[in-house]
Amino acid sequence: MIKDFLNNVYEFLRKYSLIFILILFGVVFPLVLSDFRLSLMAKYLCFSFPAVGIVLIWGYGGILSLGQGIFFGLGNYFMAMFLKLEAASLDTSASALSQFYGSSLPDFMVWNSIEVLPFWWEPFHSLAFTIFAILLIPTLVGFVLAYLFFRRRVGNVYFSIITLALASILTILIIGQQGFTGGLNGITDFKTIAGFSLDSNNVKLVMYLTTVVLLATFLGLGQLLLKSRFGSVLIAIRDQENRVRFSGYDPALFKATIFAFAAMISAVGGALFTLQVGLASPSLVGIAPSVEFVIYAAIGGRLSLFGAVYGSLLALEAKTFFSEHFVQFWSYFVGATFVIIVRFLPFGLAKLVDSIFNPEVKKIGNKK
Amino acid sequence: MTSDILIMQAFNGLSQFTILVLMALGLSIAYGLMGVINMAHGELMAMGAYATYVTATIFENYFPGAFDQYIFFGIILAFIVTFVFGLLLEKTLIQALYKRPLDTLLATWGVSLFTQQLFRQIFGPKELSVPTVSWLNGAMNFGGDINLPINRIFIVSLAICVTFGVYLILFKTRWGLRIRAVTQNRAMADAAGIDSSRVDAFTFAFSCGLAGIAGSAFTMLASTSPVAGQQYLVDSFIVVVFGGVESLFGTVASSFLISQEQAIFEFLMSGSMAKALMLGIVITVLYFRPSGLFSTKVRH
Repeated sequence: MIKDFLNNVYEFLRKYSLIFILILFGVVFPLVLSDFRLSLMAKYLCFSFPAVGIVLIWGYGGILSLGQGIFFGLGNYFMAMFLKLEAASLDTSASALSQFYGSSLPDFMVWNSIEVLPFWWEPFHSLAFTIFAILLIPTLVGFVLAYLFFRRRVGNVYFSIITLALASILTILIIGQQGFTGGLNGITDFKTIAGFSLDSNNVKLVMYLTTVVLLATFLGLGQLLLKSRFGSVLIAIRDQENRVRFSGYDPALFKATIFAFAAMISAVGGALFTLQVGLASPSLVGIAPSVEFVIYAAIGGRLSLFGAVYGSLLALEAKTFFSEHFVQFWSYFVGATFVIIVRFLPFGLAKLVDSIFNPEVKKIGNKK
Repeated sequence: MTSDILIMQAFNGLSQFTILVLMALGLSIAYGLMGVINMAHGELMAMGAYATYVTATIFENYFPGAFDQYIFFGIILAFIVTFVFGLLLEKTLIQALYKRPLDTLLATWGVSLFTQQLFRQIFGPKELSVPTVSWLNGAMNFGGDINLPINRIFIVSLAICVTFGVYLILFKTRWGLRIRAVTQNRAMADAAGIDSSRVDAFTFAFSCGLAGIAGSAFTMLASTSPVAGQQYLVDSFIVVVFGGVESLFGTVASSFLISQEQAIFEFLMSGSMAKALMLGIVITVLYFRPSGLFSTKVRH
């Protein structure tokens, strides 16, 4: 009886997982959770964006990126630049300074005695350009980077190391160019977005719901992509790259496309993070966050788009729990989780759940 | 005058080179042989550094008379500790992940986070420096304004000895023959009666031991903190991919190039920018030579 019931629930969830996520996060949580918990949830969801991207590139493309923080960071900073400029234009002390300098400068630039707004900051006065930049620039960077290297047939392991090095370059640049980027402190202290106060609860709720809708959109797009012929070729490349090449496909193009898509997802997550947490920081760009994104995907299961969302929530909930109670155990926990998941559960919790309810699953996917 | 400064700057680069080459040799051997990307290599270096620190403390308290010689025992202990740790790691974790390079990368990253926290709890988060030995203090004059610190001369000679030792082991011993055989063709080596899993375990442990020696050398350059190793990790990986995997000469040459490059850029701009530029150049070079500057053909 109970087993049948659970099986039915499982089947139902498998079929309608996208709708389930929309209802759970979009309707149930806003009604049930306190404002504080909901804002935490918003933060967790932002971190699940790059994890969803990692499932696409790692689970299905066989590309392990240790640099998703780069794209998360680009989105994060682009949004912060827009918000900071808006905050600067409203700030009375800044406008007094602007009479002096000719344009209103963000506070950290004034502290670093930068006198003219750098030209690449100028376009971020416009919200339309900012959204355009968040969606396009990381995607383009990701595509060009991946296409160039994969066209040269750089192996996946080398590519991982290259992304790792790039993540560390970007962190070094952000910290080093304090006057233009806010340095180690990052960019913070935002006031409004398009005139709406970021502190108001309604705005926060709208942001949260936007996050849920965007996440669901990317999940849906990801599902469609994987079900399409594109997805089949991608999986074929993961398993037998040379055979696909000899069949007349260009693996580099496919790998670069999925990498670019994952970059876009990460960047959107980063931008939403800025909006909801009010911070752009080099600590969200470098190696440590990039690797943490991978662990979120690994916990959920590298072949499960939805698993990435739940994996992120579980990992981040654990992180909050540990940092509230015993900070030092967070590193032990992450370290041990990495080892245990990779060693015993290479396909994460999604596979575990599947194999409990559906013994048939055990047989598939054990290889590779 | 300027040429003297240049020589001294180049020598500073050379001491950086010693750490990099010792780290990268181990990484390169392990990757070439088993396809294992060991992300815990940096922590093994820190482990070697802490082992040296512990040796120094023991000598200071119990054998003050022999304190001047502790560094030799420190290096040996560092090697033994990291060798044993590497052996355990290979037997418990790496062996199970054979042929899954991206997974070993993640699993060893977990090991690295874990050990990092362990160091933090045992030795504290602050930086520890090892007391200097009297005969390593001071500088040697090479005519004119060229003064080179003795401790750096010591670690450069140490690195040269170790590199030569690695060469001898790889090319002049039975063990080295087995390692090279397994690297070139595992199946054939197995068929010829070589116990490749023993070769794997030994080689991995040996590569970890090299990181331990790097840690020992590191204590003579800077103070040790739990995250000391991680700062070298990206650099040493870059050295390995830049030089070309499983090429002893390539690893040595690329450590040399990268550390000199870094030292010269540091002379011209801030340290962090120099590092960013160095990484950028390496990535560009990798675009043109995807398997490294001095790559040899390896079957995987």
